[in-house]
Amino acid sequence: MRIPDPLKNNMYAELARRNLKRQAVRTALAAIGIIIGVIAISSMGILGNSLKLSVTDSFSDIGDKIIVSPVPGEDYITDKQVDQIKKVSNIESVIPVISGGEIVEYKKSGTTIQYYVAIYDIKKDDMDKLVDLQEGRYFKPGSTECVVGSGIAKNLDLKLGQKIEIDGSNLRVVGILKERGLGFDINTDSGVFTSSEMYGKLYPDADEGYGTVIVIVKDIDKIDSVMEDIQERINKKEELVTVFATNMITESLDSVFRSISLFLMGIGSISLLVAGVSILNVMLMSTMERTKEIGIMKAVGASRRDILKMFLLEALFLGVIASTAGAILTIGGSYLIMSLLVKNTSYLFTLSSMFYVVEGFFFGIATSLLGGMYPAWKASMMRPLDALRYE
Amino acid sequence: MPETIADIRKVTKVYTLGENKIYALNKVSAKIEKGDFVTIMGSSGSGKSTLLNMLGCLDLPTSGKVLINNTNLSKLDDDGLTSLRRNNIGFIFQQFNLIQTLTAVENVEIPMIFNGASPGKRRKRALKLLQKAQLPPEYADHKPSELSGGQQQRVAIARALANNPTILLADEPTGNLDSKTGHGVMELLRELNQAGTTVIVVTHDPRMEEYSRTTIRLQDGEVVNENS
Repeated sequence: MRIPDPLKNNMYAELARRNLKRQAVRTALAAIGIIIGVIAISSMGILGNSLKLSVTDSFSDIGDKIIVSPVPGEDYITDKQVDQIKKVSNIESVIPVISGGEIVEYKKSGTTIQYYVAIYDIKKDDMDKLVDLQEGRYFKPGSTECVVGSGIAKNLDLKLGQKIEIDGSNLRVVGILKERGLGFDINTDSGVFTSSEMYGKLYPDADEGYGTVIVIVKDIDKIDSVMEDIQERINKKEELVTVFATNMITESLDSVFRSISLFLMGIGSISLLVAGVSILNVMLMSTMERTKEIGIMKAVGASRRDILKMFLLEALFLGVIASTAGAILTIGGSYLIMSLLVKNTSYLFTLSSMFYVVEGFFFGIATSLLGGMYPAWKASMMRPLDALRYE
Repeated sequence: MPETIADIRKVTKVYTLGENKIYALNKVSAKIEKGDFVTIMGSSGSGKSTLLNMLGCLDLPTSGKVLINNTNLSKLDDDGLTSLRRNNIGFIFQQFNLIQTLTAVENVEIPMIFNGASPGKRRKRALKLLQKAQLPPEYADHKPSELSGGQQQRVAIARALANNPTILLADEPTGNLDSKTGHGVMELLRELNQAGTTVIVVTHDPRMEEYSRTTIRLQDGEVVNENS
């Protein structure tokens, strides 16, 4: 059996090229349809992906923590409950957190700046597990020293050694933390961390207990079982605490953005569908016009498969050329828009964004082939005699 | 006894036009021997083109048998007919029927492509065939629209010879040519016939009869006489 390779037998390719060129305007219009479709589908994908990246980027290391907080009606988490949590296996560390909100006052060149902050009482050893120092050192136990988040330092223009006033007490800033972004455990960037003694002075009426307990798990895959375990131990008789894992947030964010991306690409794919119909139309017109030519080809020895191959190759060429143009225009256009409007093109050149360009490219080719399939089949099924008589 | 290359046995072809049945061919029988030069004569509507199309595996009889090289056409599927046509038959049309997007030499290459010939080999053979068909070499890279009728028919003849067929079928090959050019084309067919190819020409032009050895006359779908 003879199987001529259509690419090796470059006459097929040459024929397809010339036939596309013969109706240059029509070919160009059909190509524009595919180009728009590819641009639509891949830029919508990139848009959704960039949205996701820009949101998830603003969250920091939120993967491996479990937050335990009292249910409404319960005021705090007791030491006894903390001990119960500590008994759960697969836990790296348990960090009880006492916190309150206060107005910080800071005097600078005669004027007083006020700033709302969160005040934390976390043991010095536990601090290490949650935050990183940018400069300075941690506070000494029992002192009036404090460590502030980067947001406060920036907004109040604080330097090491300066003093801030909270509720009439003066606290010396001995450390500034690294910027961490939005988190779900503690609000690091706008937090003031100080000793238990200082905290007790600020909140003399504070209850004996903790506002939240942060649990860091050893293995992220076991996070669900750890959560269940904590629930079981503490909420056995009645609901006392709520437990939630921070990765649930990323997971639900992921699924939200997946839906958004799918929706956007759905819109994009409508234009590709339209492009497919226009390819179908163009190819059908060209099979009609070339009926006689098909007849001649068959009379001089073309089989049905040869004719099918010729027309499909034409559709494939159109698809590859248009999809390539679409992909290039998408990357170029997105780069331009992002650098002009967002002034940040880093989201474009990520693997996940490029994936959408590749996806758009292949969808474009597939659409062209699908659109070309029926006309090609129709051409191949023409009876040679009828085709020859066609004028 | 000479070998029979085409055997037509009681072939009938019926077209239905509304409620009327039209007999394009009515129990036509004929034998064509290898190496013969046959003209099929008749006025228009006599069924001569129908007969030629059957010999070229483009059409099948309603009843009766057509055997080409001892193969019954009615027993073949589309692929079988295609391959028989590709390997045994060369077509020459009244309208030349060249592919307009291809140059003269590329038109000659087309049947060889379907036969799986390599690009270099088929180009070489195509140029040789164009020479054989007496097309001036400088026209090999011209598109059909840049050639005269006679030149186009020479390209078509070269194309018909591409896969080295045993039978050349020509449907009114001189119909669109002036008589001088027409005789030139017939001379070429005679030369090819003398080299061993069976040539079957459909024509209504009595002057073409002088080239043939056998004439089949058709009238209203029936053979009137067959003289050798």
